[in-house]
Amino acid sequence: MFELGPIFRALLRQKVGAVLIALQIALTLSIMVNAIFMMQNRSTLMARPSGLDEANLFYLSNTVFAQNYPHQAALQDDLRLIRSIPGVLDATQINAIPLSGGGWSMSLQKKAGEGEDGTGVAVYMVDEHGINTLGVELIQGENFQNTDIRWRAASAVDWPERTIISQAMAEALFPGNWQSALGQTVYINNNEPMQITGIIKTLQAPWNGWDGVERSMLVPYQLEGRNSRYMIRTEPGRRDELMPIVEKALAESDKNRIIRGVQSLEQTRADSYRSHNALNRILLLVIVVLTLITAFGIVGLAMFSINRRKRQIGTRRALGATQLQVMRYFMLENLLITSLGVLIGVAAAIGLNIWLVSQFELKPLEPALLLTGVIALYLVGQLAVLYPARKAASIAPATATRSV
Amino acid sequence: MLAYYLRLALISIRQSPGLSLLMVLAIGLGIGAAMTTVTVNYLMSANPIPHKSDQLFYVQLDSWDPHQAANENGDPPDQLTYRDATALLAAKKAYRQVIQAQIGTVVEPEGKDSLPFQVSGRANSADFFAMFDVPFLYGGAWSEAADTEQQHVVVLSQSLNERLFGGKDSVGQKVKMAGDYYQVVGVMANWQPRPRFYDVTTGAFNEVEELFVPYSLLAEPKISRNGNTNCWKPSGEGYPAFLNSECVWTQMWVELRNDNEKQQYLDFLNAYASEQKKLGRFSRPLNNRLSDVMQWLENQQVVTEDANLMMVMSLMFLLVCLLNTIGLLLAKFLSKAPQIGLRQALGASRQHLFAQYLTEAGCIGLAGGLLGLLLAWLGLQGVTLLYGDNMKGLAELDWVMVLLAMGLALLSSLVAGLYPTWRACTVQPSQQLKSQ
Repeated sequence: MFELGPIFRALLRQKVGAVLIALQIALTLSIMVNAIFMMQNRSTLMARPSGLDEANLFYLSNTVFAQNYPHQAALQDDLRLIRSIPGVLDATQINAIPLSGGGWSMSLQKKAGEGEDGTGVAVYMVDEHGINTLGVELIQGENFQNTDIRWRAASAVDWPERTIISQAMAEALFPGNWQSALGQTVYINNNEPMQITGIIKTLQAPWNGWDGVERSMLVPYQLEGRNSRYMIRTEPGRRDELMPIVEKALAESDKNRIIRGVQSLEQTRADSYRSHNALNRILLLVIVVLTLITAFGIVGLAMFSINRRKRQIGTRRALGATQLQVMRYFMLENLLITSLGVLIGVAAAIGLNIWLVSQFELKPLEPALLLTGVIALYLVGQLAVLYPARKAASIAPATATRSV
Repeated sequence: MLAYYLRLALISIRQSPGLSLLMVLAIGLGIGAAMTTVTVNYLMSANPIPHKSDQLFYVQLDSWDPHQAANENGDPPDQLTYRDATALLAAKKAYRQVIQAQIGTVVEPEGKDSLPFQVSGRANSADFFAMFDVPFLYGGAWSEAADTEQQHVVVLSQSLNERLFGGKDSVGQKVKMAGDYYQVVGVMANWQPRPRFYDVTTGAFNEVEELFVPYSLLAEPKISRNGNTNCWKPSGEGYPAFLNSECVWTQMWVELRNDNEKQQYLDFLNAYASEQKKLGRFSRPLNNRLSDVMQWLENQQVVTEDANLMMVMSLMFLLVCLLNTIGLLLAKFLSKAPQIGLRQALGASRQHLFAQYLTEAGCIGLAGGLLGLLLAWLGLQGVTLLYGDNMKGLAELDWVMVLLAMGLALLSSLVAGLYPTWRACTVQPSQQLKSQ
C-alpha cells in the first residue's frame, strides 16, 4: 500500500542522508518545543496584572538637600499642589513603586512573639488617597481615614494600628478563608499588633521575580525623610501631557529640593520585564531561523536524491507511474524520515527539558505542546519537500531511454 | 598544492552556487548565534582584576536569625552588620581591609546659576583604592587618619570632576554636599571594572559611583545610604540603635597574600564569632566565609541564568546548522562521484582527493565564519537594543572573540566535511567509469 515497502528499502540504501535529516528534525523539535515553552512561561508572568491603573499613573522622586527643612508642611503643600492641577485625579506619597524592583518588605505573623511563623509581605506606605491614586479595588472593609495617617520619622520602628492587605496576603495568612482576615489582628516586628481593616483585590509587590509577588499591604504612614516619591494618577489619556507640568510646578514651588526620575508606570513595567521580553524575542527568532534552516536542509537533500535517481524516476514514469504517484513517493519518503526524526525528537525534547529543569529554574514540559511541535514539524517537512517532489514529477519518461 | 586545491574548491563552489550559499548561510547563522551568546557570557564572566583576584576575599559572617538561615542554601548573609564590619576593620588582621556601602547624595555646586544635582556615591574605608588598584588622575586616596577622625574628604570620579571643576586638578578644592563642605583629596582616572565586582549586591554591571567618602561618616545619619538593608530582628528606635542592630548593609573585602594568611584570617573570623556568641549573638553554627573574587561572582550568579540559557540554546542551534552542512556537503561531494572516479583513474591519490575536498569544506567554513562575524555583530547590536543599559559594555566583540569565531567556523566546517570527504574518497573508479 502506498509503496511504503519500496520507499523504506530505498531509504535503507542511502541511510546517512536520511539519518542526517532525521537528526536535524529531532534537534529542531527539541529546541523548538522547549523554547516555546519558555516563552509561554514568561508571557504568563508578564501578563499578571499589577492591580494598578497603569496607563494613567506616573511617579517622581523628591530629594531634599536643604538643612532644617519643614518636611511635614512641605509634603502637605506638595500634595495639595499636585491634586489641584487640572487633569490630575489624585496623588499620594508612597515609599515604593510596584514593579520597580526596589521596595520594603516585612513579615506578618498571626501569633505574637519571636520564632513564630511569619509571612513575607511588601509594604506600601500611603495616605487615605492611596487606594484611589493607585486605582486598586477595595473588596472588603474600608479605606483609611485622614485621622489614621501617622508620621513616620526617618528611623522610627513602630507601626500604625491599621492595615489594608491584598487578597493574596489574606489567603496566605488564612488559607481557604481569606474573607475571615478582615478585622483580625496580626503582628509585625514579632510583637506589634496591627488590625486588618480592609482587603484589596490585587496589588503586586515591587519584585516581579519574588514568589510572593501578589502579597502586599498598605500602611497609613507618611514619611519624613530626605527622599520621597509621589505617585500621581491622571484622567485617562492625559498622563504624558501632565508629566512635565507636574514636574515643573513642583520644581518651581520649592527650591530646596530636586525633583527627578519622573517616570510613567508603563515605562516601569517595560523596564521591569525587559529581560523577559528580550529573551522571548530572541527565542522567537531562534525558532524561526531554525525551522527555515531545517526546511532548506530538507529541500537540499531531497533535490540531491532526486537528481541521483533521475533515471529510475524516468523509468517509473515510462512504465506508467503518474506524476502524482511520483510526487506521492517523495512526500511519503519525507513522512517516513520525519517520523524517525520526531520519534528521536520527542525523546530528546523530554531529555533536554529534564536537563534544563535541573540546571535552570524551569518547569516540566506540557505534553500538548510537544504534540503541537510534532504536527508543526510534519507540516514543515511536507511543505519543504513539495518543491523537490514537483520537480521529480516533472521528469520526462524519455529520460529513462537516455544514458546520463 | 594548496593554491591548486583552493582553485578547484572555488570552481566547485561556483558550479553549485545555491547549495554553497545554503551551506555558508547555515554555518554563518550558527556561528553568529553562538558568538552572540558566547560573547555576552564571556564578558559577564570576565575576571575584573586578574592579577590579584585570588588575593581579594569577600567576608561573610553568619550573624543571622537562629531560627532560619539567611539564604535557602544555608549561605550566610551577603553583607555584614555595622558593628561587626567596624570591629573587623579596627582589628586590622588582614594585609588590607575595606568596609563599604553605597550612598546617594545631593551635590550643591557653587555659583548662582548651577542647580544642585543627585549623585551616586560610596562610603568606604581608605584601603579601597589600594586594594582595587583604582587609578588616579590627580591626588590620591585619603589617609587612615581621615577614616578614624571622620574627616570630610572626598575622591571624585573623572566625570564628576569634569562637571564640577571643568576637568582641572581640583585637589584641595571644596565640594558642598548635604550642607557640609568636603575637601577633594583625589580625582580618579576613568575606572570601570566589569563586572563591578567590589559591590555586586547593588548590580554587578552598574557604573562605578561618582564620589567616594570615608565610611566612618556613616556614624551620623547625614548621608543617605542607597544599598540593600536586611534585618532579621527589629532594630530599636533612633539611629544609634540602628547602627547597633542586627541589620546587615555593609560589605567587606580583605586582601590576603597567601594561603597561610587566608587560614589565619579565617581562624580570626571564627574566634571573633565565638567571642560574639558569649555576648548572646551569632546563635547559628559557625559559618563564616572567605570567597575570592571569582568565587564570589559565581556565588552571586553574576552570569545571569538567562545568559546561560541562551548560550545552551545557541550552541544547540549551531549543532543543527552543522548537521545541515554535513548533509549538504555529502550531497554535493557524492554528486561528484563520476569526476572523482575519473581523477582517481588518472592517478590522483586518495590523500590528494581528501585534502582537496577538505579544503573546499574549509573555504565554505571560512566564508560562513565571516558571515557569522557579521551576524554576531548584528546580534550584539540587537541584544543591546533589547536589553538597554543592562547590557552596557557586555555586547562588544574583541579580538579574542573574532579569532574564536573564525576558529570555530573553520573547525566546525572541517568536522562537518570529514564524513562527506571520506565518502567521496571511497568512490570506486571502475564503477564510475563504467557508467559513463
